[in-house]
Amino acid sequence: MELIVFVLASAMVLSGAIGVVLFKNPVHAALGLVLTLFGVAVHFVSMEAHFLAAVQVIVYAGAIVVLFLFVIMLLGVDRAEDLSIEPLKLQRPAAIVLGAGVTVLVAGAVVRGADTLGSESSAAAPGDSNIRALARSLYSDHVLAFELTSVLLIVAVAGTVVLTRRLKKSEG
Amino acid sequence: MTAMLPIPAVDPVLDTESWWWEPLAIVGLKVLVVFVIGLVGTMFMVWFERKIVAGMQNRIGPDKAGPFGLLQTLADGIKLFFKEDLIPERSDRFVFKLAPFLAFVPAFLIWSVIPLGGDFSDGRDGTVEWFGQITRVQLADPPVGVLLVLALSSIAVYGVMLAGWSSGSKYPLLGSVRASAQMISYEAALGLSLATVLMAAGTLSTSGIVVAQDRLTDWHLLSTGVVPFVVFLIAMTAELNRPPFDLVEAEQEIVGGFHTEYSSIRFALFFLAEFMNVISMSALLVTLFLGGPQPLLIGSFDLFAVLGPFGGTAWLLLKVFLFLYVYVWFRATLPRLRYDQLMDLGWKVLIPVALGWFLLLAALQLGRDNDLSQVSYVALVILCLIVLGLGYLLFTAAISVARRNRDREGAAY
Repeated sequence: MELIVFVLASAMVLSGAIGVVLFKNPVHAALGLVLTLFGVAVHFVSMEAHFLAAVQVIVYAGAIVVLFLFVIMLLGVDRAEDLSIEPLKLQRPAAIVLGAGVTVLVAGAVVRGADTLGSESSAAAPGDSNIRALARSLYSDHVLAFELTSVLLIVAVAGTVVLTRRLKKSEG
Repeated sequence: MTAMLPIPAVDPVLDTESWWWEPLAIVGLKVLVVFVIGLVGTMFMVWFERKIVAGMQNRIGPDKAGPFGLLQTLADGIKLFFKEDLIPERSDRFVFKLAPFLAFVPAFLIWSVIPLGGDFSDGRDGTVEWFGQITRVQLADPPVGVLLVLALSSIAVYGVMLAGWSSGSKYPLLGSVRASAQMISYEAALGLSLATVLMAAGTLSTSGIVVAQDRLTDWHLLSTGVVPFVVFLIAMTAELNRPPFDLVEAEQEIVGGFHTEYSSIRFALFFLAEFMNVISMSALLVTLFLGGPQPLLIGSFDLFAVLGPFGGTAWLLLKVFLFLYVYVWFRATLPRLRYDQLMDLGWKVLIPVALGWFLLLAALQLGRDNDLSQVSYVALVILCLIVLGLGYLLFTAAISVARRNRDREGAAY
């Protein structure tokens, strides 16, 4: 059962990810990203991390990709772009090198940490104790980082508003 | 049997060690019942709305098909099935076909976490015994309960958004941009008013929320003050794109909005999804604020006591029915909002009110948890009110400054 869920969810994640890279149309690529995020949410559920799964769907699929789609639709870039024109000459080789590097790093981390993760499981914990534990650590041990993140977001919003208002003045 | 599979504890019936046909049959039956209730309820809702609006406008309404015109929706549904299914030439064919399902499926799935009945009296947890198996009258009771509903309603945005975009024509695109902006804006107010309920109940699970509303004074409508309820009702109406917030399909401005290009059964799916959402969100409202299947006792008299184990379901239906009527009433009486009024109401009224009320209740809850003395509790309340008052003054000052700047720059809106 666990294996079936794992295989199906991984197939979702991988096909979504491949779709993001290969689709010519940006809207289809964004939908591929949604598929990937859903697959990750299924993985979370199968590991009993219900809260993370819900947040994954609400925040990533429900807010972030919707904003991506908004930008794609409003800027009118929802057509297949000509990929042969290269604005930055070095970006393809650099991307290959960086991608390979990240793959090696992640693979190394998984191989080295494989035996430390095996016995850890929260599956025995009943009900919403998972959520309580998460809330406790978020609002006690990591409260400073949490608050700083919210300040960062407020600053970003305020900055965006200021920048767009300036633009309007110079036009008018 | 060695290691038991870690099935999420969404239903007590699945916790048994012995897997045989009974748990599976019960779950299958519940899926079927929830699906049928959803469809029949939607059919009834369409008829109900047409009939009530007709009554309010001094017309007769549907009265030919079946008794009181009850089968009118069925006739319309069959007609829609047999109509030609048009796909516009400039549309994105795959996304165009996908979008109705993205609108329809979340509307249905919300039903799965609503407690539809069961025994919640005297603090019992709503489990019932069927065929020797202990279960809930609810398809699933995941630990994240209400968050699942939020997740589903954020998926529903995709249906509207992609429908408008994939039609490849301008009015649907305008409608879908309006719709998604509206749904995202009001989701914040919705979430904040919902947070007060979650704080009062101390749990995310929907059945836990119902258990927490044991007596009338514990109903979250009263125990959180009436403010979150009002905010939730307004935000929910906007989230559903129902009148007076139906700018999404303002026919004088943008034809039919996001589903202008849809016809036949694909249009029917959007239509179904809208009405299904009205019913399921009303059920959610009742679950959150009015105790779901909890009876409204007058003394110790239970109106539906004669129905025995189905009393809870009857209470739920009665309460949901009340809100369905309120929605139809809204539609029949309130004129549509202008777009700037819509955004002002969402961002400048509902979100600050919901946030302020949430902070106030959080402070009170903190005082209760720490067993403050009478004097310091009163001091806490006064302090909270002062802070909120200062916040309100800052807020109005900011709005008036912004308005003055806008006038000076002569920005066109």
